[in-house]
Amino acid sequence: MQVFSALQGFLAAIGAAVLGLCQATGRLLMFAGMGVAHVVRPPFYPLELWRQFLKIGYFSLPVVGLTALFTGGALALQIFAGGSRLNAESVVPSIVAIGMTRELGPVLGGLMVAGRVSASIAAELGTMRVTEQIDALTTLSTNPLKYLVAPRLLAATVAVPLLVLIGDVIGIMGGFLVGVGRLDFNATTYIRTTEDFLTTGDVTSGLIKAAVFGFIIALMGCYQGYNSARGAQGVGRATTNAVVSASILILASNYLLTEALFPA
Amino acid sequence: MTDAPATRTAPAKITMTGVTKSFGSKHVLRGVDLEVARGESVVVIGGSGTGKSVTLKCILGLITPDAGAISVDGTDALRARGKAREALLDKFGMLFQGGALFDSLLVWENVAFRLMQGARKKPKAEAREIAIEKLRRVGLKPDTADLYPAELSGGMQKRVGLARAIAADPEIIFFDEPTTGLDPIMADVINDLIREIVTEMGATAMTITHDMTSVRRIADRVAMLHDGVIKWCGPVGQIDDSGNPYVHQFVNGLPEGPIEAVR
Ligand SMILES: Nc1ncnc2c1ncn2[C@@H]1O[C@H](COP(=O)(O)OP(=O)(O)OP(=O)(O)O)[C@@H](O)[C@H]1O
Ligand SMILES: [Mg+2]
Repeated sequence: MQVFSALQGFLAAIGAAVLGLCQATGRLLMFAGMGVAHVVRPPFYPLELWRQFLKIGYFSLPVVGLTALFTGGALALQIFAGGSRLNAESVVPSIVAIGMTRELGPVLGGLMVAGRVSASIAAELGTMRVTEQIDALTTLSTNPLKYLVAPRLLAATVAVPLLVLIGDVIGIMGGFLVGVGRLDFNATTYIRTTEDFLTTGDVTSGLIKAAVFGFIIALMGCYQGYNSARGAQGVGRATTNAVVSASILILASNYLLTEALFPA
Repeated sequence: MTDAPATRTAPAKITMTGVTKSFGSKHVLRGVDLEVARGESVVVIGGSGTGKSVTLKCILGLITPDAGAISVDGTDALRARGKAREALLDKFGMLFQGGALFDSLLVWENVAFRLMQGARKKPKAEAREIAIEKLRRVGLKPDTADLYPAELSGGMQKRVGLARAIAADPEIIFFDEPTTGLDPIMADVINDLIREIVTEMGATAMTITHDMTSVRRIADRVAMLHDGVIKWCGPVGQIDDSGNPYVHQFVNGLPEGPIEAVR
């Protein structure tokens, strides 16, 4: 009997967790839908959009640039080591370029921006929620979803691909520097091989991923901040949740996008 | 409930009937009935944590009541969506208890916020001028206009919030504790200002305050909230001989009475 009731409690807990998950997903999807609807419907707030674009895009440049530079360099070393086992050291330039543009540029760039931007959005909107500034917006005839959420969603969706594009270039340059400086590649050959192998598809697929990641980053920051619980603790939790959920969603959607863009 | 028929000649601007709201197992409002006439100034009094702020937020739709009805100018405030809700919110101005100033914007941008959005959009210079005029009315010098809210004292922030609430000359204004944190002289200026807005501009006002001097200066009618219901509602002249034990205890600040000191 005791076993039975314990089992029942266990199953109930699982049921509750599943229901809770469905509910949370539903709420998130609804929030995303409303956010997107406000992106396309006037009134627009171009000044807000520009501010967010600078904040998300421009000020993330150093982080993304440095990440790409070191990743490109490390990638060149690894591929050289791996390639030399098969006497195929010459693949370094092309694989660095493909690896950067298709995978590492968007994913690592996205994760770095998630840490920076999701957290800051969640903290900002969370504080606004807690100090009733979001309520105040409503009483001033301004829809907070339109004024706060829509500009951030749009800015991140546009800014992250641009960041990743710059990151791609810097990453390939990192590979080039290591290739020429440490691995005795000829500079002209390195550049020519890169040019020959890299296709537009490699780059655009990475940028499509980056746009999705940008949307996820802003969405999770906004969602967690907008629904932040009361008090400083609430804001802290919102910030952590935003970074964790954005990072996991980026990695999960990266797999799905890779499946979709490059079917095996 | 003693309700003076004399003040009921004007049509109702805001009507609340049976409004209830719980947060989890905490029943804050248990059936609030309140009517506010056009051009009337109603002051809501009641102990700390009895749900006065929640009541105002329910009317504004910032908090959705569990049950009951709220109508503003005959429109069902709880069911208004889209354009109807926008039109409804356009009528309101609200001073939040904590100020709720936008800390990323300058003081004057806060005050002029509504003047720079939507249908009533004004040129920047004009909006700024109006903002400075409103700041002057709440006793703030023009040079505060270019500061950030974080650079102001608590009482100054409150007054900026007040200036923002009245900036667009709304028909209905909610003041949540307008004079807490102000010195007695400034509190008096604010009391006068609220009275003036109601008598001269014909606005409808709902004010929450714990300050009995304010109550006597601002109110046409007083409503006392306790245990989630309006225990008493009547003209301000009657608060001293209301015959209601709750009001008597509250107005005179007595430790003994039906209101427990520990809540
Ligand atoms: N968003 C919320 N979530 C949970 N509980 C809330 C929320 N808002 C208010 N409450 C609770 O409702 C009760 C009433 O709060 P309210 O702010 O209306 O009090 P009040 O009458 O304005 O008090 P005071 O005079 O101290 O401002 C409080 O016990 C508060 O904890
Ligand atoms: Mg309050």
